[in-house]
Amino acid sequence: MKKDVRSKKLLGMYERMVLIRKYEERIYYLFLEGAMPGSIHQSHGQEASAVGILYDLRDDDYMGSTHRPAGHDLAKGVSLKSMMCEMFAKANGCCGAKGGAMHTGDITKGVIPANAIVAGNMPIMVGIALGAKMRGTDQVAVSYFGDGATNEGAFHEALNGAAIWKAGVIFVCENNLYGASTPIRTTCLLANPAADRGPAYGIPSEVVDGNDVIAVNEAMDRAVSRARAGEGPTILELKTYRIPGHSRSDACAYRTREEEAEWAAKDPIKRLAAVLVDEKVATAVELEAIDERIEQEVEDSVEFAKNSPDPKPEDAFRHVYWEERNN
Amino acid sequence: MATMSVVEALNGAIAEEMRRDASVFCIGEDISDLNGGYGGAFAVTRGLAEEFGAERIVNTPISEILIGGVCVGAAMTGMRPIGDLQYGDFLFCMMDQLVNQAAKMCYMSNGTVKVPMVMRCPCGATTRGAQHAQSLEGFFTRVPGLKVICPATAYDAKGLLKQAIRDDNPVIVFEHKRLYGGKRVELGALSTMSDVPDEEYTIEFGKAVVRREGKDITVVGNLLMQYRAQEAAARLEKEGISLEVIDPRTLLPFDYETVIKSVEKTGRLMIVHEDNYTGGWGAQLSAYIAEHAIYHLDAPIRRVATYDVPIPFAPIMEDHVVPSVDRIVEEARELMLA
Repeated sequence: MKKDVRSKKLLGMYERMVLIRKYEERIYYLFLEGAMPGSIHQSHGQEASAVGILYDLRDDDYMGSTHRPAGHDLAKGVSLKSMMCEMFAKANGCCGAKGGAMHTGDITKGVIPANAIVAGNMPIMVGIALGAKMRGTDQVAVSYFGDGATNEGAFHEALNGAAIWKAGVIFVCENNLYGASTPIRTTCLLANPAADRGPAYGIPSEVVDGNDVIAVNEAMDRAVSRARAGEGPTILELKTYRIPGHSRSDACAYRTREEEAEWAAKDPIKRLAAVLVDEKVATAVELEAIDERIEQEVEDSVEFAKNSPDPKPEDAFRHVYWEERNN
Repeated sequence: MATMSVVEALNGAIAEEMRRDASVFCIGEDISDLNGGYGGAFAVTRGLAEEFGAERIVNTPISEILIGGVCVGAAMTGMRPIGDLQYGDFLFCMMDQLVNQAAKMCYMSNGTVKVPMVMRCPCGATTRGAQHAQSLEGFFTRVPGLKVICPATAYDAKGLLKQAIRDDNPVIVFEHKRLYGGKRVELGALSTMSDVPDEEYTIEFGKAVVRREGKDITVVGNLLMQYRAQEAAARLEKEGISLEVIDPRTLLPFDYETVIKSVEKTGRLMIVHEDNYTGGWGAQLSAYIAEHAIYHLDAPIRRVATYDVPIPFAPIMEDHVVPSVDRIVEEARELMLA
């Protein structure tokens, strides 16, 4: 890659990662303030997984996320304002306030409603890839899931199905070590619960440092090439760590403060920032300016959401079934 | 006009829709008959693989979650899949994909994503024991976002399945094993050979039909029970009891209006289904009629349903728990005295 192309891409990825971080941090405090209904499952700390995987995809490539979708959605291009409005349960949220934090998406960006059933999107993404194959397109489908999902039946049925049909699915396991409070090492004997199962289904698999956005992006590039060429699925297991708890009320009693500190030292944004400074793509001062600009964008989205209209109670009756639109 | 069985009608509906729309495909276990395959557990998809190829008549592993999920995903992104279950009982293996996924995607996306898929499910007790026997309509009629249909004749099978394939929402199709007809002989099967027009047609959902007019009791029954209700009506006529027999044809949406109109005339309602007594689709219908038409009733609503037990294997026991013509006749006589 030419230096200026690489520089532009690294900066672009940095901005996306900072956007996710600022968004999640702001959401965290808004929840503490009681400004939003519902629950939250936050993704800060896992920004490299979202951005490294999705940065190069097209709008007509598909992505299925989990109950922890904000990072994925923002990385794939769902608009910040529509995400924030959904969190505030406003009518102009990306799901019209019918979805909520666990179901955000935007089909025009190739993002199907995020799936709060563990491993629920996996067979769906196989179907999306199979449909693309039938239509003769080279669209790919990304299926995100956590380490805990590897013990679901849907995981196994989806992997086998994708393998036999050579479906263009990239299965991305975000292994953040815990399924809610339960360590994955106690529920699966394999060191790499997703990648080690790949050979059982004849699927090429890679274990990747999930906090290194460049490594993630390179692994994804290999997987996408295979998928677009009709060579079938790939499993990428990304080793990562969520900074917050599983959900809003989780104090993380099951983790040690030492472990948290160890992973804080591997913060994916700090690591990318170091590369940017090292390669003289940007100075620390310039990066700080980017951070501030994005923080302001997030703040603006909060104001926008707060001033947006509520849905009408009777909106609950719409879209149970498909309605033909005239627009 | 051609005379055909339900199996032939279903097969014809699928073939016609696959010819007119390249996005339609079939997916399920053993559905291809290439290389000595079955062409479907009940031969509904026989011959289709030869015309449409293995790419559109997709054989799957024995993986119902996968079948359900593939249908949801493909449907959300421009395809029109027809899922095939060997036995409706296996619906429970894919329950998450139908209830949490298919039924909710349009809603959760605020109407920006549609899920035009069909899931075909053979149902009914046929001396195969408890796990290849259930009539599960009631599980699905209570899921907003799904549609549930139950064609009992060749004409309805063709018209309703074509409509289901064109519908932009997930549709569960219940097909009774004893009504398939065709070359595959099923114990206790009825002949469903009937006339089907040569020209193309579809049948709108939510339109019940009055199969037999009568004045004393309105009987609403679906699938095999529709035929038993008609047989009971023929017997009771000789005793001077006149049954009006209604086939709802689709359960979600349900045509309450036709039932109410009939009850206004007869003053008595009997619901006959192979679905369980408790929570079967008749429970909702009787509650609805009690709420909206109770002053037209001269007697309590009567439900004739499969007793609340798993389906037993022994034909003697199976015939006892599933409503028989004798039982419908007996209960109708009692209802006349009420």
